Amino acid sequence: MASPDDLTGENGPLYAARKGVYPKKVDGPFRRFKWVIMGITLAIYYGTPWIRWDRGPYAPDQAVLVDLANRRFYMFQIEIWPHEFYYVAGLLIMAGIGLFLVTSGVGRAWCGYACPQTVWTDLFQHVDRLVDGDRNAQVRLANGPWTGEKLVKRGFKYAIYLAIAFWTGGAWIMYFADAPTLTIDFWSGQAAPIAYGTVAVLTATTFILGGFMREQVCIYMCPWPRIQTAMMDEKSLLVTYKDWRGEPRGSVKKAQAHPGAFGDCVDCNQCVAVCPTGIDIREGPQIGCITCALCIDACDDVMGQVGRPRGLIDYCTLDDAAVEKAGGVGKPVRKTLFRPRTLAYFGVWCAIGAAMLFSLGQRTRLDLAVQHERSPLYVQLSDGHIRNNYTLKLRNMETRPRRVAVTVDGLAGAALWTEAGSRETAEQRIEIALAPDSVTRVRLFVAAPGDGPARQDFTIATRGLDGDPRGDSDIIQFDRPEDGQ
Amino acid sequence: MADRKRIDEATGTSTVGHEWDGIEELDTPMPRWWLWTFYASIVWAAGYVVIYPAWPMLNSATQGVLGWSSRSDLEREMQAHAVRRAPITNAIAATALTDLPTKPELMQAAVQGGAAAFRVHCVQCHGAGGAGVKKLYPSLTDDDWLWGGDLTSIEYTIAHGIRNPDHQATRVSQMPAFGRDGILDAAQIADVVSHVRVISKQEKPSAAAARGEALFQANCAVCHGSTGAGDRTVGAPKLTDAVWLYGGDRDSLTATITQPRNGVMPRWGHRLDPVTVKMLATYVYSLGGGEKAPAPTLASVSEGQGADGQP
Repeated sequence: MASPDDLTGENGPLYAARKGVYPKKVDGPFRRFKWVIMGITLAIYYGTPWIRWDRGPYAPDQAVLVDLANRRFYMFQIEIWPHEFYYVAGLLIMAGIGLFLVTSGVGRAWCGYACPQTVWTDLFQHVDRLVDGDRNAQVRLANGPWTGEKLVKRGFKYAIYLAIAFWTGGAWIMYFADAPTLTIDFWSGQAAPIAYGTVAVLTATTFILGGFMREQVCIYMCPWPRIQTAMMDEKSLLVTYKDWRGEPRGSVKKAQAHPGAFGDCVDCNQCVAVCPTGIDIREGPQIGCITCALCIDACDDVMGQVGRPRGLIDYCTLDDAAVEKAGGVGKPVRKTLFRPRTLAYFGVWCAIGAAMLFSLGQRTRLDLAVQHERSPLYVQLSDGHIRNNYTLKLRNMETRPRRVAVTVDGLAGAALWTEAGSRETAEQRIEIALAPDSVTRVRLFVAAPGDGPARQDFTIATRGLDGDPRGDSDIIQFDRPEDGQ
Repeated sequence: MADRKRIDEATGTSTVGHEWDGIEELDTPMPRWWLWTFYASIVWAAGYVVIYPAWPMLNSATQGVLGWSSRSDLEREMQAHAVRRAPITNAIAATALTDLPTKPELMQAAVQGGAAAFRVHCVQCHGAGGAGVKKLYPSLTDDDWLWGGDLTSIEYTIAHGIRNPDHQATRVSQMPAFGRDGILDAAQIADVVSHVRVISKQEKPSAAAARGEALFQANCAVCHGSTGAGDRTVGAPKLTDAVWLYGGDRDSLTATITQPRNGVMPRWGHRLDPVTVKMLATYVYSLGGGEKAPAPTLASVSEGQGADGQP
C-alpha cells in the first residue's frame, strides 16, 4: 500500500493538497528591506490617485488618471491621447526590458520584493501573526479543533483580510475617475455599476489570492517563474545554500563531539520555518524560491548565535558557487551586477526612456488628420469649377481653447469654406475655433477650376494663431472628372 | 509505456514514462484546488444549461428558464436608445425647419439622423453621399437644383415627390417629346442643340445656333427662360451651366429633346414621419449645395415676378 507521500508508485496520487505554510517571524537586513519596499509600493498604490495636479480649468486635476470615458491618460504633466498610445507601449517595453535587466542581474528580485502577489501575501502573513501568533501558534490553531477561540480568531482574521482586500479593490477604481468625487459617489450609491463590479471582483481576487492561494499562485499559476528560468544565466544572483560549507549537517553538540566531521549547517530548520513559500532552500535552486532572502536573515542570525561566519545561505551566482566550492573566492557583487549583459539591457532601457522623453518634449499639441470624402469623389459645380469634400479632424491637445488657421497649398485657384460658410464667402484661408482638449471635426469644401489633372496632390495645413505657432499638415488628393466633363 | 517509469534522481519524483530523445516528464501531482476549480466549472455549466438557451433541438435550442435571447436584448437596447433620443427628436420636431441652422447642435443631430435615413431610403437612386448616378439620378451635392436647394424646397420635394400621378401636391412638370411627337424635325433639333451648346459655352456661335435660337424662343423659353436660365417653379433645369443631369454633349442633348426622361421620385411624406423628412432635408442641405435664400414659389411668381424666376 502506497503512503500518501509516495509519489512514485503506480497508485501515486493524482492530486496533492496544499501543505500549510506558516512562516516564522524573522528580522534582519533583508526583512527590513522588504518592509521598506512594502511601504513604498503600498503607498504608491493606495496614495497615487489622491495626488492633485493643477492643469487649468479644462482638464482634471488628478495627477494620475486613466480617463477611459474620454480616452485620455494623465500622468503628472504628461497627457496621452489614444493616437499616442505608443507611449504606453513604450512604457510596457521599458517594463519588460526592466524585468530582463533585474532578472539577469539579481534573479527573481521582482518576485521576492516588488510583485503585488508577494507584497500582499506578506501583508496577509503579518495579519496571520497579529491575530494567531507566530508560526507555532498558527500551526497549533490550524491543526486544533474548532473551538470558540478558533472561531473568533478566524472570523477576526478573515474580517481583516476582507477589509484589506476591499481597500485594495477600492483603490484600483480611483485611477479611473476623480478620486474624491468617486469616493463620495461610491458610498452614496451613485457610482457606475462597473465601479461596484470592479471593486467586488478585485476584493474577491485579493481576498483569495492573498489570503489563501499565496505561494500556489507563484508555483502553479504565474508564468513568470518559467520565463525567468530562461532569462537567468550562471552569472545571475540566486539565493544559494552553500552546501560545500554546510554539509554534512549536524547540531552544535554533535560538532563539538566530533570536530571536523560536520559542516556549518546546524540543521536548525530556521530557513524552512521562515520561508513564505514553504520550501527547503537546502535542496538547491528551485522554482518555488522567490528569492525573498528571508532564509538568509534567519540563517545569519543562527550563525551569529553559534559563532560561525554569516552567509551559509547567501546571494551567490552559479559561477561563484563553483569557484567557492573549489576553494576560491567569488567575484564581488559589483562585478556581478555590472557585466556586459546587464549593461546592454540597461543601455536599451535608458535609450527607450530617453527617446520617449525627447519625443514627448517635441510633440506638437495640434494635430491634423484629413480624410477625402469618397462618395462623391468630386462634384461638378455649375460654373465649371470642381469641388472636393474633406473631413478634417483637428485635435487640440492643449487644455485651453485655441484659434487655428487652415490653409491649402499646391492647388491653384482653390477656395475653401466650411459647412458654416458658403461658396460666396469662400477664402484662401479659414480660421477655426477649437475647444480645449478635444477633437473638432470640420467638413471642408475645396473648389478649384475644372481644368487640371484628374488627380492632383496638394497640402492642407493647420497652424496655431495663438501662442505655439507650430501645426500639422497632410498631403491629400484633389479629384476631377476623368473625361473633363 | 508505464514500464519506463522511473524515479528522477534530482527531484525524487516519478516520471510519467514517456521519453522523447532523452526528454522526460515528471509525474507531479496537480494541486487539489485545481480539481476544485474543475468541479466548480462543472457546477457552473450545469446551472448555465438550465438558465440559458443551451441544447440544440430540431427547430431551435432549449429556451432556458430565464427566457433570455439576444434578439430580446437587441429590442431592449433599441427601445432604450429611442428613449434616449426622444429629447432631441422632440426638439427637432418643435423647431421650424428654417430655424435649425441657427441651432448648431440640433442641426448636427438632424443631419446625422437624416444621414441614417438617407442610407435606408435614398441611396438606391441617389447613391451613397447623394453623389447621384450620371445620366440617371441627380447629384444632391452640387450647387444646381431643379426644384430649389433651400431647406423648405428640399423638404417639400422629399415629402411630395416628383411626378406622382396619384398625388395632387407633387412636383410636376413635363417636357414635351419634341422629336418623338414630331413637333420638331431632326434638323431643327440639331439647331436647338447647337444653340443650347452655345449658351452653355460648349460651342462657338454658328449659323445653326442662330437658327436654333429662334426655335428655342418659340418652343423652349416658356419653361427654360429666354436666356436658358431655367425655372425652379416648374423644375426646368438651367441650361447655361456646367451641370447636366442627362449629359451636355450633342448626342445626349439630342436624345433629351427627342424624348425627355421626366424622372420620378416617390413621395415620402406618407411613408416617413415628419421628423425624419425634416432630418432628411437638413442632410441633403448639408451635402454642399444647400442654398440659404428660399426659392420662389408658384404663388409668388404669379404675383408679378419674371417668368424665369431667377434673381
